[in-house]
Amino acid sequence: MSRRKDNYDTSRWLKFKKWVDGEVDLLADGMEARVPEGTAGREKACVPEGTAGREKALAPEGKAGRGEALAPEGKAGRGEALAPEGKAGRAEARALKGKAGRAEARAPEGNDNQARPKTEAMSQAAYEAVQEEELKKLPIFTQGYDKSVDHGLALFRKFYRFMSVLLCGGLILVLLWTVAYLPIFGNAGNPDNNEVSARYIERGLQETGAVNIVTGMILDYRAFDTFGESCVLFIASCCVLVLLRIDASSKDSQTEKRRKEAAYDRLYEPKNDIILQKCACILVPVILIFGIYIVLNGHLSPGGGFSGGAVLGSGLILYLNAFGFQKTERFFTEKVYRRTTLCALTFYCLAKSYSFFTGANHMNSGIPLGTPGAILSSGLILPLNICVGLVVACTMYAFYTLFRKGGM
Amino acid sequence: MLQHMLLNMEETASVILFGIGFTILLLHQNLIKKIMGMNIMDTAVYLFLAAKGYINGRMVPIVTDGIQDVSAYINPVPSGLVLTGIVVSVSTTALMLALTIRLYERYGSLDLDQILIQVKEEERT
Amino acid sequence: MSFVQNFPFFSIIIAMFSGIVSSVLPGKKARNLSLAAIGLTGVMSAAVLGFCLKTGESYTYMMGHFPAPWGNEIRAGVLEGLTALLFEIVMFLSVIGGLKYTAADVEESKQNLFYIMIDLMLSSLLALVYTNDLFTAYVFVEINTIAGCGLIMIRQKGRSLSSAIRYMILSQLGSGLFLIGLSLLYDVTGHLLMSPAKEAVALIEASGSYEVPMLVITAVVSVGLGIKSGLYPFHYWIPDTYGYATPAASAILSGLVSKGYIFLLIKIFYRVLGRENVVASHIVNVLFVFGIVGMIMGSLHAIAEKDTRRMIAYSSVAQIGYIYMGIGLGTQAGMVAAVFHIFTHSATKALLFISAVGLYEASGNKKDYLSLRGAGYRNPLAGIGFGIGALSMVGFPMLAGFISKLLFATSALQSPHKMFLTLIALAVSTVLNAVYFLRLVITLYRPAVSPEGHEVLEHAGGTKSSWNLRLAVLCFLVLNVVLGMFSQPIVNAIGQGLMMFD
Repeated sequence: MSRRKDNYDTSRWLKFKKWVDGEVDLLADGMEARVPEGTAGREKACVPEGTAGREKALAPEGKAGRGEALAPEGKAGRGEALAPEGKAGRAEARALKGKAGRAEARAPEGNDNQARPKTEAMSQAAYEAVQEEELKKLPIFTQGYDKSVDHGLALFRKFYRFMSVLLCGGLILVLLWTVAYLPIFGNAGNPDNNEVSARYIERGLQETGAVNIVTGMILDYRAFDTFGESCVLFIASCCVLVLLRIDASSKDSQTEKRRKEAAYDRLYEPKNDIILQKCACILVPVILIFGIYIVLNGHLSPGGGFSGGAVLGSGLILYLNAFGFQKTERFFTEKVYRRTTLCALTFYCLAKSYSFFTGANHMNSGIPLGTPGAILSSGLILPLNICVGLVVACTMYAFYTLFRKGGM
Repeated sequence: MLQHMLLNMEETASVILFGIGFTILLLHQNLIKKIMGMNIMDTAVYLFLAAKGYINGRMVPIVTDGIQDVSAYINPVPSGLVLTGIVVSVSTTALMLALTIRLYERYGSLDLDQILIQVKEEERT
Repeated sequence: MSFVQNFPFFSIIIAMFSGIVSSVLPGKKARNLSLAAIGLTGVMSAAVLGFCLKTGESYTYMMGHFPAPWGNEIRAGVLEGLTALLFEIVMFLSVIGGLKYTAADVEESKQNLFYIMIDLMLSSLLALVYTNDLFTAYVFVEINTIAGCGLIMIRQKGRSLSSAIRYMILSQLGSGLFLIGLSLLYDVTGHLLMSPAKEAVALIEASGSYEVPMLVITAVVSVGLGIKSGLYPFHYWIPDTYGYATPAASAILSGLVSKGYIFLLIKIFYRVLGRENVVASHIVNVLFVFGIVGMIMGSLHAIAEKDTRRMIAYSSVAQIGYIYMGIGLGTQAGMVAAVFHIFTHSATKALLFISAVGLYEASGNKKDYLSLRGAGYRNPLAGIGFGIGALSMVGFPMLAGFISKLLFATSALQSPHKMFLTLIALAVSTVLNAVYFLRLVITLYRPAVSPEGHEVLEHAGGTKSSWNLRLAVLCFLVLNVVLGMFSQPIVNAIGQGLMMFD
């Protein structure tokens, strides 16, 4: 490392840089959440397989594998560089932790396991077998970093980081400079308080029938944006489906592994937790009713389809967490999800198309606005809110189940 | 200039947050932190918009007691924009998290550089 | 109000609706629905184009019951109609050409999801082309990004996941900048629709207030959309994404997605910020420099690359540099050249990706370009398609690429300060293009080497690729030649369309 000076290893700059890089945490030592970080994370991730997992076969490469191969490269490599800094042998500690890694990681599981019925122990054994299998594959990746690649990469990263800091510092300065010339906060004479917002406020109630002006704006004046927004949600859920759904038909090894993992989904969680279930019994209906209230009153009070849908979705997720998939599958399967989304979006699409078409062709849409303030008022806004609420609730729940076990 | 910035404190804060989020999204190698950076960045923009909609001493834009006077309510437009923006950001966050999960399952790392190195390794073999 | 005027709105809604319905259809039906939707919207765009050419003016279309500064609006003119038509043609042919590979690369149960992405991608592209509202543009930019990400990662092999995340990260950076730019613009103008916003901007410029914010807004919006469209220093997601997605997706991503953003940028320059103001703010000079650097560096990277599809992808970086160079010239002629190059590049790059697939097929699906030796004999049509596409990119007369280079050169003559730099960059970049494209074409027509080291000629029959691939290559060829031979009406239409923007 050309920049290395006599006192560089102990310099504040290096400390700062490491802190920025996330290699060292000055605030909390050894937080477990920091596992997958940078090279340190790498050491930890790789050493276990090398040393503990498969001592004989891989010991030579595995040990020298990643952890030490890095040391000469970085000269004051990551391991050594840490030492003089008072974090005595954090790297070593990590290595040790790594060796013990697997064992440690399993220890609590083991303890838990004793308290469990035998069937679960068996399924855990199966689960571990899957993991073991997976670990066998990993060493392919852990070997064979040649130093030249790493060195080039390190240089590149340095350059990248420097340029990025420069760029972002510049960005902040430029934006601050802009803010200094912007209209003053909270001033009624600002350019954005113009005829547009004036009409929304003054005539919104008569034109859209919605007491909540924001709802009237997003579902009537600027409804096309909002329709686009529902489509964003829809397509995002499609993408997550592509990524995370486990299909019965697909055969590749990754899916196979994920399927097995999903099968033991609830293994490490308490089953039939009585406290959770009793609380859920009380809370879920309240949450659902509250969600429905927010959706239905979107045009009258703060709220609307999006917020209400999110509340509904979280209620469903709580129910799922308390009672498990077997219970939710009785009323909410992928088919239900698809049909609900389809119906809601189709209705939304058709209703808004009708409204756009009549509006653009200067026809009267013929939808009564009702008495402002009544629950059945404001034309299409109420049904649209219900549709949006359904889509959002289903999508939130779908996200959760897909992340949790790859299917509904 | 500085005084103006202090008057526009909300905007100043949101702009700094935006820069921080942008930095993290661009600079950090850890995918989860990148996603956090993205959320900070988006949230900063919402703060900015919300600050823009506010007018001193006025009410939320929900018609109460039949008052329909411009001088009674704040600007409703930015609130609507924030609402739209939040949904967009939820969607992209979910997508990025799903991608991260798949990458972690496959390569056992959250560090983007490690993942890219492994991708190259995988291709060579 | 003529019924044709409804068509832009219909085409956006049809594309979206077919996406929504596809979520419950099986793969094959979703595919047919998607093709039908693309075809139908294509016909509609053609009708809109005809209508605008006939009346000679553009029109705005209210999305709802409320007029301009209050409700959403879309707008159609000659340029919008033309761009939408071209996008639909390219998309249709790309989907047709990649059918077989889509079926192979995408899991059976996820086929319909692929076509959902295609449909929503189409709707977002159309919305970006037709929109007259900045915030609508933002929402559809996001749909476009997510659909693009879906198209990349739906082939869950090799690098596609890692390239998808890189794509998402850079796209989000771009979206973030774009969004803060819009917020700032809303703050100083108080409008989100393009026409009133432009009036407000004109007032601001006249009064001289908010000079700094306007400059920053221009910069932030340009950089944001530049990042999203893969302008040179932010190009590093391009080779991986284009090189490893399924062929239809590669063709669509390279041909259309980045062009949608560039079109939006041009629209914002004309319809919101005002071209004169943008030129006066010198932001265009920055775009110009980045464009030129991109032209040279993209070609250099492509020369160093061995993998054919990555090579074509790097060539995209260079071509996007051309487009930004045209925008950066700051003159009307430069813009026309840039828009024409958008068309050229969409048609040619999609042709290259699709015919490269045919060539791969004929030589055992190896990625190295040396393994393509003799592939031009084994799959003649794909060979011709690739050859013509390559020649067009290099700028061979009678082809589309020649016309766009000619337009760039002539427009450079009108801006004295940038003339020499532009001409030199054009010359250097053409030579570099020729180096790698002609190398590829020559490789295609050199006799293949048998395992023993003898040169073998495999004229006889060769492998026949599927009918849809051949149809797509043929149509793309025709499109290229049409763009090259009958360029004058198209250039006139572009000029007319840009005039309508003001």
